[in-house]
Amino acid sequence: MRRVAVIGTGHSKFCFNSPKTSVEMLSEVAMDAIQEANLTPKDIQAVNVGNVLGDFEEGQGMIQSFFANDIGCFNVAASRFEGACASGSMAVRDAVMWVASGYYDIMLVGGVEKCTAMGTPLATRTFSMFGDAHYEFPAGFLFPAVFALLAHLYASKYRIPLETLKEQMAAVSIQSHEYAMKNSNAQIQKPITKEDVLKSFMVSTPIQLQDACPFSDGAAAVVIASEEVAKKLTTKPVYFAGIGQASSGKLSSQSKYLPRIYARELASQQSYQMAGMTPQDMDLCELHDCFSIAALIAAEGLGFFDFGKSGEAWLNGETRIGGKIPINISGGLKAKGHPIGATGVSQVIEVTRQLRGDMEEQGRQVEGAKNGIIDTLGGDGILVSMILTNQ
Amino acid sequence: MDYKLTFKDYDKALKKDVLLGLRCNDCGAYTCPPMMVCGDCASTNLEIVEMSGKGRIVTFTTCNIAAEGRENENPYTIVMVELEEGPWIMGNLVSMDPKKVTMEVIGKAVQVGHRVYPGDKYSPQPMARPAFCITG
Repeated sequence: MRRVAVIGTGHSKFCFNSPKTSVEMLSEVAMDAIQEANLTPKDIQAVNVGNVLGDFEEGQGMIQSFFANDIGCFNVAASRFEGACASGSMAVRDAVMWVASGYYDIMLVGGVEKCTAMGTPLATRTFSMFGDAHYEFPAGFLFPAVFALLAHLYASKYRIPLETLKEQMAAVSIQSHEYAMKNSNAQIQKPITKEDVLKSFMVSTPIQLQDACPFSDGAAAVVIASEEVAKKLTTKPVYFAGIGQASSGKLSSQSKYLPRIYARELASQQSYQMAGMTPQDMDLCELHDCFSIAALIAAEGLGFFDFGKSGEAWLNGETRIGGKIPINISGGLKAKGHPIGATGVSQVIEVTRQLRGDMEEQGRQVEGAKNGIIDTLGGDGILVSMILTNQ
Repeated sequence: MDYKLTFKDYDKALKKDVLLGLRCNDCGAYTCPPMMVCGDCASTNLEIVEMSGKGRIVTFTTCNIAAEGRENENPYTIVMVELEEGPWIMGNLVSMDPKKVTMEVIGKAVQVGHRVYPGDKYSPQPMARPAFCITG
């Protein structure tokens, strides 16, 4: 297989109540990505799009086709990916394979979502569609509840007093808000304290409002190309060193592993193996912190900390710039925002820009970073992992 | 290949407080809720069995938010129960005031019953949900 590089990036500000349509949001960032790659839309051979709930948000299905046409990629193959919150990452991974195989040389991958257009009650209903509709939704299944179940299980299994775990979880949110202050694209730009977290509305015990990411609108896009094309168009290509994806069944069917997420461990092992790297080789990580407890579970599943120990790592600053593994220096889903179809693409852009050294101006550059990993979780069990490198 | 234990049949039995599952004739493992294959070894050599309905709570949460149309259920407690036969299932804890449920419930023995979720425009049929009572 050929090496594949990111050669262009475009990222909107994530926000509440975007005045633009999904096609408009995605078209803007796609043109930014195409221009950054020194290309025109006519050079794009195929388009992949992550979009989850367009049908509910705007009454718009198969947005990929209308979007491709909107930016002048007339009549190209356009495919939509739906794997809940991992949709954007799935779209990227798939495109990497098409280019790696030699079938295409240049592809555009976008992700877009307009979650806040639904309003909170419908958004809550539609997000719960990513659990089992027959065997788990009747009991009141919601994603805050899933991670709340996992939080209590985590405390019980690793024998961590709930009060201690709550402080560790709060540390995740506090750090994410702090870095989001330096990310001009972040949805939430205000610092929070431990007291803010622990006094916030109790959503689903023990998950409080400030343990949770917001509903978001936003878009992100990348242009990817073969190594040969990349070297002609950019002096700073960032390559996909490894990719992985795995799936699982309804939450109860994962009982042998919980609170660990087996599919994450498989997906990341695929990435590490393909890259010929280990967790120790990673200089930064963007992981799926839809809830603070999810970040702790993810950091362990990716191999950065022992099981039951990542909360201490957050409290000790090991996840900050200068720490053992800088995690979610973008502000994460918690504060950067989580427009679900765009999130995976946004993570790829964040790591790409770090590996190009673009973050100096924003004051959040991980100095000398060579390799970074992204981790995205969709619903009850689609996990995507990708390792990027500037080497 | 026919689906051995469909949702329709599982749901009909649960509405009579009978929890149906599948026992694998190859590896002996139980699968509940049902699937096409054994959840452990993927065999299709399965038989429908009546589960004991007894188990222990492994984790819980009390929700103060609900999906559109279900707000009247707030607050409610979701539990994951490890059944005597091994599988975990998701249901509600209905024998306690949701506001008083704490870590203390983990490990408690429970017995399954049922309540019915009436459904909404996306899931039109009324569906049974496991409703657990603490027995000791």
